[in-house]
Amino acid sequence: MTDLDFARSQMALSLAFHIVFAAVGIGMPLLMAVAEALYLRTREPVYLDLARRWASGTAILFAVGAVSGTVLSFELGLLWPGFMQYAGGIIGMPFSLEGFAFFTEAIFLGIYLYGWDRIPAVLHWLAGIVVAASGMLSAVFVVMVNAWMNAPTGFEVVDGRVTNVDPIAVMLNPASSGQVVHMLLAAYVATGFVVAGVHAFFLLRDRANAFHRHALGIALGVGALATPLQIASGDVIARMVAQRQPAKLAAMEAHYHTGAAAPLTIGGIPDDAAMTTRYGLHIPWALSLLAWHDPSASVRGLDSIPRDEWPNTRIVHWAFDLMVGAGSAMLAVAGWAGWLWWRWRRVPDERWLLRALVVAGPLGLIAIEAGWVVTEVGRQPWIIYGVMRTAEAVTPMPGLAVPFTTFTGVYMFLSVVLVYLLRRQFIETDPRAVRRVRGGPLDVSRGD
Amino acid sequence: MAIEDRLGAVILAALVLYALSGGADYGGGMWDLLASGPRASRQRAAIEHAIGPIWEANHVWLILVIVVFFTAFPPGFAATMTALHIPMTAVLIGIVLRGSAFVFRRYDARDDAVHRRWSVLFGAASFFTPFALGLCLGALASGEIRVIDGRLSSGFFAGWTRPFAVACGLFALGLFAFLAATYLTVDSESEPDLQEDFRTRALTAGLLLAPLAAVTFLLARNGAPTIFGRLTSRWAPALVGVTSVCAIGALVALWYRRFHWARAAAVGQVACVLVGWGLAQYPYLVIPDLTLTNAATVPSTLHAMQSALAVGAVVLFPAFGYLYYVFKRRQVPPPGDWHRRRQ
Repeated sequence: MTDLDFARSQMALSLAFHIVFAAVGIGMPLLMAVAEALYLRTREPVYLDLARRWASGTAILFAVGAVSGTVLSFELGLLWPGFMQYAGGIIGMPFSLEGFAFFTEAIFLGIYLYGWDRIPAVLHWLAGIVVAASGMLSAVFVVMVNAWMNAPTGFEVVDGRVTNVDPIAVMLNPASSGQVVHMLLAAYVATGFVVAGVHAFFLLRDRANAFHRHALGIALGVGALATPLQIASGDVIARMVAQRQPAKLAAMEAHYHTGAAAPLTIGGIPDDAAMTTRYGLHIPWALSLLAWHDPSASVRGLDSIPRDEWPNTRIVHWAFDLMVGAGSAMLAVAGWAGWLWWRWRRVPDERWLLRALVVAGPLGLIAIEAGWVVTEVGRQPWIIYGVMRTAEAVTPMPGLAVPFTTFTGVYMFLSVVLVYLLRRQFIETDPRAVRRVRGGPLDVSRGD
Repeated sequence: MAIEDRLGAVILAALVLYALSGGADYGGGMWDLLASGPRASRQRAAIEHAIGPIWEANHVWLILVIVVFFTAFPPGFAATMTALHIPMTAVLIGIVLRGSAFVFRRYDARDDAVHRRWSVLFGAASFFTPFALGLCLGALASGEIRVIDGRLSSGFFAGWTRPFAVACGLFALGLFAFLAATYLTVDSESEPDLQEDFRTRALTAGLLLAPLAAVTFLLARNGAPTIFGRLTSRWAPALVGVTSVCAIGALVALWYRRFHWARAAAVGQVACVLVGWGLAQYPYLVIPDLTLTNAATVPSTLHAMQSALAVGAVVLFPAFGYLYYVFKRRQVPPPGDWHRRRQ
């Protein structure tokens, strides 16, 4: 592996690690706020327990998200100084706004987590709303930056120097709206499903447990509502990619030969040398239909792209299929749950549905990881699409294997500890047990 | 004042706020590791109580520094992050381990052995991280990082491997330890024996700070000649005077147990040190090749940035004020205490 490969791997690792916490940091505050709103309305203690329990999980995840996000902001310069020197002044505006949104989120999360007994109930709930809104906003701004890397607009280059930067045009670049909506919905779907999966697991053991039943209702509600919207937003974003980044679309679909009435390839082993995909499932006309909503439309294949501008076809294609597969599975489960819910007029607890929800729990996060692989690896070899190659942006620092190995070790260690801690948070099926954790934000024994 | 100077001032101001809030959190971690005597576990509890609700928000000042830096002065950021790749990576690892250890400890504290393990990691990272940050600031001032024709020409070890940078790192440690212990004397007002513990620690750190400052200053003569020249001329005596008054004032106030005065003086001292460094460094970002002017990005971005900062400040400062109001005021149960009543 070259230093460039190590730099890309370290960035990929850091993003893959951070995105889990970022997504949950967007989704969990919404669930908490819904639970607390239901408590304020119904005064049923189970909702308050729920909000507190979710808050304690969020506290762990948010802290790790905050530090892993810091790592990313440094790594932009540590690994990609060429990119930052060129683009720092262009993408700085959304990054600054993200900084403020994150600031607001951190402040109000502090108030939310530690303020249960210190501020009036409605103010406490409003703090939760601010956390949810600012978490959403930080995602909006960060995704805008990534969208700009896919669709760089809002600046000019005169004599090799960036000039005439229009920060608003940068933020509202053509890829922004599609990517932002797709990411936000992804966060709600993923959080909804992962939380629903956890509570479904406990309901399977103890179906009379009101706590887990109410939890499942809220999480499943959010996840199941967001899933169909997410599929629709995926359709919008795919058409945008077809127009703006034909190489990425061709790699996603392992589509080598430009032509009308293009078939859709599912799975298989793309072979760049032979320009064909072996063992895949080919569905006639479907790609043209998906990309242009016209079964006879022509779709550009990789043959229309210079060979040195191809992304890694196998990774992009397989990641795309994984994302779509996970999304379809969640849609099926959401549809099943929604149907039962509508028919029974109560939170569905059918045994096989609960089992399906447990299995579907991690699918949202898997889809998020796969989706980011599609958009990031699919943009290669560019770091700024059509403007700057990733190889031009990397640091001249040698020996990047060392920090890569170090961060891999640190992240693996953190993952193991996190899984262990979260598992223990949830394994205590008595919702009151969590308050016994010494010094935790829910610890009322400290006499604050 | 040119716009790039104003944005430079914002970076400095954010750095001061980071030192005053996040820096004290590092100091808290150091005292956590050094907790000793019959009240060691109560010392730890007081530290945790002081840091708990606010450390993430405090930490964001550092992110603000980074973001304004790379937005307003992209070539400066690129050069800094390349030249200081190694110590900056060390800072990052320290930040990750420290933040994680702190929050893990909260939720993984079933027995004292486990609690101790996380405490050691948290405390060690609290020493390590500000030391590495000090190395970086010292390197920026050293004049050894050279950027010729937009390319870094001085390699990856320039500046931060020198005695002056090491002195800066140690000075940062001492400063934060002193700041934290002084804050904690105020935070532990309701527990006089604990307050005495922190008073002793604050006095010790404050006294150790004086020789550290002297050594750093003397090493600057060769290690950071530009800064040394500024600090021995023109306006400098006034600032050095104010810093000294604050430092001595803090010690005197600690001695006479005027803890609120001590805290105010310590805040003044830390702010003066950083502002003094900033003024001595002005107009350079990276001495001697990158200045606020030649590293500034296009004017449209600078102006947009300035507006964003103004709007952000309007949102941020009241929110911060509320956070501190809720958690740092005297702790009586508030009137709307509905959660507790329910139980």
